[in-house]
Amino acid sequence: MVPGDLIAMDSIRKAFGAVHALAGVDFHVDRGEVVGLIGHNGAGKSTLMNVLFGTTQRDSGRFHIAGREIAGAFTPHQAHEAGIRCVFQELSLCENLDVVENTRILHRSLQGIGWRRRARRLIADQLDAIFPGHGIALKARIADLPIGARQMVEIARAFTVTDAPLRCVILDEPTSSLGHEATRQFLAFVRQAAGQGVAAIVISHRLDEILNVCDRVVVMVDGRVVAQQRSEGLTRPDLVAMMGSIEVPRAVAKARDGSHDQTRDRVIDAPGRDAHDLPIHLAPGEIIGFAGLDGHGQRERMRALFHAGLKASRDRHRPAVAYVAGDRQTEGVFRIWSIADNLTIGTLPSLCRGPLISAAASRSLVEGWMARMKVKTDSADRPILSLSGGNQQKVLFARALASDARTVFLDDPMRGVDVGTKVEVYRLIRAEAAQGRSFVWYATELDELTNCDRIYVFREGRAVEHLEGTDIRQDRILAASFGGMVNA
Amino acid sequence: MPEAAILNSGSHSLWPRRETLETALPFLALLVMLGIIFAVRPTVFSYFGLTLLFKLAIPLMFAALSQMLIINLGEIDLSNGAFVGLVTCIVAVYLEKAPGHAVLLLVGTVLVYVAVGWLISVRKLPSIVVTLGMSFVWLGCAIIILPAPGGHSPAWLIDAMRWKPPLMPLPLWTALGIAVIGHWALKSSSYGIVLRGAGANPKSVARAGWSLVKARLLLYAGAALLAVIAGLFLSGITTSGDPNVAPGYTMLGVGAVILGGGTFNGGVVSPIGTVVGALTLSLASSVLSFLQVAPVWQIGAQGLILFLVLAGRVLIGGRRL
Repeated sequence: MVPGDLIAMDSIRKAFGAVHALAGVDFHVDRGEVVGLIGHNGAGKSTLMNVLFGTTQRDSGRFHIAGREIAGAFTPHQAHEAGIRCVFQELSLCENLDVVENTRILHRSLQGIGWRRRARRLIADQLDAIFPGHGIALKARIADLPIGARQMVEIARAFTVTDAPLRCVILDEPTSSLGHEATRQFLAFVRQAAGQGVAAIVISHRLDEILNVCDRVVVMVDGRVVAQQRSEGLTRPDLVAMMGSIEVPRAVAKARDGSHDQTRDRVIDAPGRDAHDLPIHLAPGEIIGFAGLDGHGQRERMRALFHAGLKASRDRHRPAVAYVAGDRQTEGVFRIWSIADNLTIGTLPSLCRGPLISAAASRSLVEGWMARMKVKTDSADRPILSLSGGNQQKVLFARALASDARTVFLDDPMRGVDVGTKVEVYRLIRAEAAQGRSFVWYATELDELTNCDRIYVFREGRAVEHLEGTDIRQDRILAASFGGMVNA
Repeated sequence: MPEAAILNSGSHSLWPRRETLETALPFLALLVMLGIIFAVRPTVFSYFGLTLLFKLAIPLMFAALSQMLIINLGEIDLSNGAFVGLVTCIVAVYLEKAPGHAVLLLVGTVLVYVAVGWLISVRKLPSIVVTLGMSFVWLGCAIIILPAPGGHSPAWLIDAMRWKPPLMPLPLWTALGIAVIGHWALKSSSYGIVLRGAGANPKSVARAGWSLVKARLLLYAGAALLAVIAGLFLSGITTSGDPNVAPGYTMLGVGAVILGGGTFNGGVVSPIGTVVGALTLSLASSVLSFLQVAPVWQIGAQGLILFLVLAGRVLIGGRRL
């Protein structure tokens, strides 16, 4: 490590199961330095910050803060004592408490007689310093504040100081809910604090802000730092190129013959929300992908399309639709049911003989799909949770594909699934598409999108870019995700 | 600045704020009940009359506060009534003859209660199932100690419950006292803020460096102690013990918490509201007696009153309980 560094993380590794979230990361921050941390979904930014803040423990690697070595486990409390604060992307205020009480939660020393008065002054002064004219009522419960005001409170709270020093603030998408003026005030304050020796790590998809406020930019791809550079002289296209430069674009799926794009055949033909939002259409046998950074409106749009599809199939006898959830545990599996019951729930009407479910029909359907999906188990009567995550996901796929749905919505279904299973399922999806089924696929991993015929890239709630055939390349997707260059 | 303008608008309105209404609701409900009783029988409003009217509210207030601490965690305790019943049995059988035994037994039950709370927290078990099971365990223990209602509470305890303090009857002093203490502990003290935060957004509180386990154990221990006090006082009032004396406390306690402005989401509870809610609900049967509702109808009618009062909560709040 360099002796002057405030934060020195060397060869940090962290794996979640088979996934290497951090594959040996070196990350340094100087005193009073503002570092921008950028990368696509799953690049490891959040994991790295969680390690730095003590909410995730590293598997291995050396870690120094202000010259002191952190040996063994590191807790958020220690991080606070060491002068590290964090503004999380999902805001971490207690909604049932007011602004002053939330300030108290962060500071142990705000106790005893008069703590409320001291906390009020602390947060009021900080809010005034960062967001002059903010107009936030300190007595308001967080639940009653609009999202922008919550974010201001969270930011201001992170910069308050009592007994522990303030050395470095981690800001994860800090401006996503701030208005124009508040963003300007915030960025100016980060520079001002840096002048007083307080470092900051800024994670943002708004590359202009990164270039505007940061001294140095660190780029992560697949759990590694692939580039870091002083931000002077850098442009937005440079940053996009740095994020996409590591992997050579893969061979793209063969271009479609174009016979199915007559408008009248379309199974989906939905207008955009406004002039900046592209209309989305889908022909039979097509696979379209929703790309972009996670949480930019892809899932919301997909659910809207799915619900419209459900309604249409019910009210206007349009073909059925199915949905494969990516969040298996909360939206996908019935946890205490068997594999067979989980598989057939979507097709029960067709398995009925009279008022009862035919055991024979159900069994043959289950056996057929288990074989086709290569689900690894000795009996379909075992509980679904006895399967590995990847195999559970196969059952969920089978549930959707066994139904008579003509359009299948895939909600990032491959999250946390091993590579072997992925390849099998990709093949299956393409085979089903060849037989006329259509797929809408929200994928957070860039690689998966190469299985799509066309993709829509989302940014800030809108479909902003439409890519087709050989245009489906990482650099184009990244550029559109980050609002990058115009002519790629 | 436009943003400031947006934030400020809305907090100034001619109508009382929703929160103000919510705070006022338990008081309004109490006043309505008292108003009905006053209209029917004005003589109740004497020192003696109020003592009689609210006597049984004393243990209910403590039981409701006990339930409140659990609801603050976003959970529920279905064993509260059975636990209070067990305490009355321990008190009536042992406290006079073998005080050492009684204290040991009470400490033991508190420890078991806290241990169950710890299990619920650590193993992330559904509290509704675990406490339902525990309610039968507590009832079973109570029946082993005292198979049929009986025993005798110590004279000092009975005398204490008959004490006539100056100015206000004992139940009202008790209500005032525990409301103030409860409000201070949960709403004003700096650690109370952490406890409420831990109920609403445990992740955020843990990120700020607090021990969630400690916060939860404290709340469970507090709930157990309050339930012990409820049992002690109940036994003092009835002068005996009875395993089945208080099954209604479980749901009346929940009703008092909700009526007092609490929600099942965790972190949103009001000690003052809960105390007033308990006073209100304890009046329900008296109101019906004064209105000369036939005894066979009373239990059902009590449910109706509870329903109406809680419906007021929903109408005002428009928020999920």
